[in-house]
Amino acid sequence: MSAEPAILVHDLVKSYAGHPAVRGVSFEVAQGEIIGLLGPNGAGKSTTLRILTGYLPATSGLVTICGVDVASAPADVKNLIGYMPENNPLPDDMRVREYLHFRARLKGLTRRNLAPRLDEVVHLCDLGRVRDRIIGKLSKGYRQRVGIADAILAEPPVIIMDEPTIGLDPHQILAVRDLIAGLRGRMTVLISSHILPEIEATCDRVVIMNQGRVVAAGTPADLRREWIGAAAYELELAGPLDALPALLASLHPSLVPAPPDSVAGPDGFATVRLAAAPDAPDLREALVNALARDPRFRLRGLARARHTLEDVFLAATRPKAA
Amino acid sequence: MRLFRILLAHELRMLLVSPATYIAATLFLLVMGFVFAGILETFTAAPQEAAPAAVFFQLFWLPVFFMVPLLTMKSLAEERRLGTLETLLTTPVTTPQVVLAKFAAAYALYLSLWAATGGFFYILVRFGGQSQPIDLGPLLGGYLFIAVSGTLFVALGILASSVTRNQAVAGILAFVLLLALVIGTRFAGTLELLKLESLAGVRAAVDYVQVFTHLEDFTRGVVDTRQVLYYLSGSALALILSILGVEAKQLHS
Repeated sequence: MSAEPAILVHDLVKSYAGHPAVRGVSFEVAQGEIIGLLGPNGAGKSTTLRILTGYLPATSGLVTICGVDVASAPADVKNLIGYMPENNPLPDDMRVREYLHFRARLKGLTRRNLAPRLDEVVHLCDLGRVRDRIIGKLSKGYRQRVGIADAILAEPPVIIMDEPTIGLDPHQILAVRDLIAGLRGRMTVLISSHILPEIEATCDRVVIMNQGRVVAAGTPADLRREWIGAAAYELELAGPLDALPALLASLHPSLVPAPPDSVAGPDGFATVRLAAAPDAPDLREALVNALARDPRFRLRGLARARHTLEDVFLAATRPKAA
Repeated sequence: MRLFRILLAHELRMLLVSPATYIAATLFLLVMGFVFAGILETFTAAPQEAAPAAVFFQLFWLPVFFMVPLLTMKSLAEERRLGTLETLLTTPVTTPQVVLAKFAAAYALYLSLWAATGGFFYILVRFGGQSQPIDLGPLLGGYLFIAVSGTLFVALGILASSVTRNQAVAGILAFVLLLALVIGTRFAGTLELLKLESLAGVRAAVDYVQVFTHLEDFTRGVVDTRQVLYYLSGSALALILSILGVEAKQLHS
C-alpha cells in the first residue's frame, strides 16, 4: 500500500442555492483506517459523503480518493468506492440474490469471479437464509445487511456508509459492528452515525462536524482530553456541604466542587460532582481517607466519572451562545 | 456499452416481473381487440373505401394515451422516490446510460405489445375465409408508423418521469404531453388565426407536425424522411432533456 491518504478532503464547500451546507471542511483518512463522522442532524455529514462519492459536485474545494480527484475523474472514483446511502434505498421487487448479482455486474465483476465473491459476501453478511427472499419483505436488519453487502461487494479500497446502524436493534447493531470491524486493515471505512457508543467501539478516529464545519477530530481518547479536560469524581455524601471546598483544597489545590449544585435527598445524602485539573493525580484514595477521617461527613459512594464520546460530542457541538 | 447491456437486461426483466406491465398489456389488447372487431363489423355491413388496416391504425392514439404513461411513469420517478437512483449513479454507470436503458426497455415493450396485434390480422386471414387476402401495404405502413412514432411517444413518457418523483404526476404529465402532441397539433391546424398571411410560416410548421397526416402517408406507403427525422430528432431531444432533468435534480436535491 502506498502512503497516500485513502481520502483527502481539503477546504470543501457546498452550498445549495446560496445556502451553505458544508463550509470549509478538511480532513484526511489514512489507508485501512476506520473513521467515524459525527454530528447533529443537518451538520452536513450526508452532503460531505455524497460529494466524496462523486454523486454531488462540490461548490469548491478538493476531494481525492486514493489520490484520484473526484471532481475531474468521477468515473474512476466510482470504481474505488463502495457506498451505502442514508436510509439504504433498495428496490423492493427483487430477490436478494438477483439484486447482488445485478450490482456485482454493474460494478464490473467478471462472470468468473462473480459466483464465489457473491457466496463470500453472503456468508460475511450472514444473508444465507434470506438469499432467495424478496427485498421488500425483509426485516430492517436484513435490509441493512444487504446494503452493506452491496457496499463491500466489489472489494473497493474505500467504503462509505451513511448511518449504517440506524433503526437496528442492539443485537443487529452488534452484528454490524463486528462486520465493520472485520473490514479493518483491508479497507478504509468511513461511517457516519449519531449512535455514539457505536462509533467509539469501532472507529480508530472520529471527525465531529457541526453546522457545516469540522469542530473536532482525533482518536476518542484525544478528543476526551481536549474537550473535557478536567478529571472528575462523583461522590454520594451526607454532611455540611459548605465545609467541603476547604477540605478539598487541602487534598489538591485544583480540586473543587463542580456544577450542578447538589441538593441533599430525604436520606441526607447528596450527589456531589468534583472537578480537578487534568494533570492532577488520581485522588480517589485520598478522598476516601479524608472523608472517612472527618466525623462531619458520611460517604457511601465514590466514582471517577468516565467521560464518553457523548460528552465530547455535546461539548463540541454545543450552540455558541451557551 | 457493457454497462448499458446490463442495465437494459435489468430493466427488461423488471418490466416483465411488474404487474403494471401486464395490466397495460391486457388493457391494450382488450381495447384493440374491440376496435378490431368493430372495424370488421362495419366492413361486413357495407363496402368501405379505406383498407381495414388503415382504419385500424387511425385509432392508434387511443392505446397510446393510456399505455405509454403506464409503461413509462414508473421508470425514473420510482427510482428517485426510493433513492435507488443514488445507489445506481454511485456505481460506474452514467446518467445517459441509465436513461437510455429505461427508454430502450420501455420502447421494446411498446413494440412487442403492438406486434401482438399482428395476431388479429393473422386470425382474419387464416380463418376469415376471404377470397382476397388482406392488403399488406397499409398494414406494413401502419406498423412502420407505430415503430417510428413510438420512439417519440415513449421518450416523452420518460421525460415526464424524469422531472418528478411522483408516479401519478409523471403519468398525468406524460398523458398531457401526448395529448398536446397528437390532438393539440390537430386542433392548432384548424385555428382561424393561422390562416393569416403573416403567420404562413407557423402554419407550415403546424402542418408539418400533424401526427395524423404522418399516419396517412405511412399507410399509403409514403415514407417521408422528413417525418422520420421529426420523430427521431424529437425523441433525441426528449431523451437529452430527460438526462438533463435527472442531473439537474441531482444538483439541487
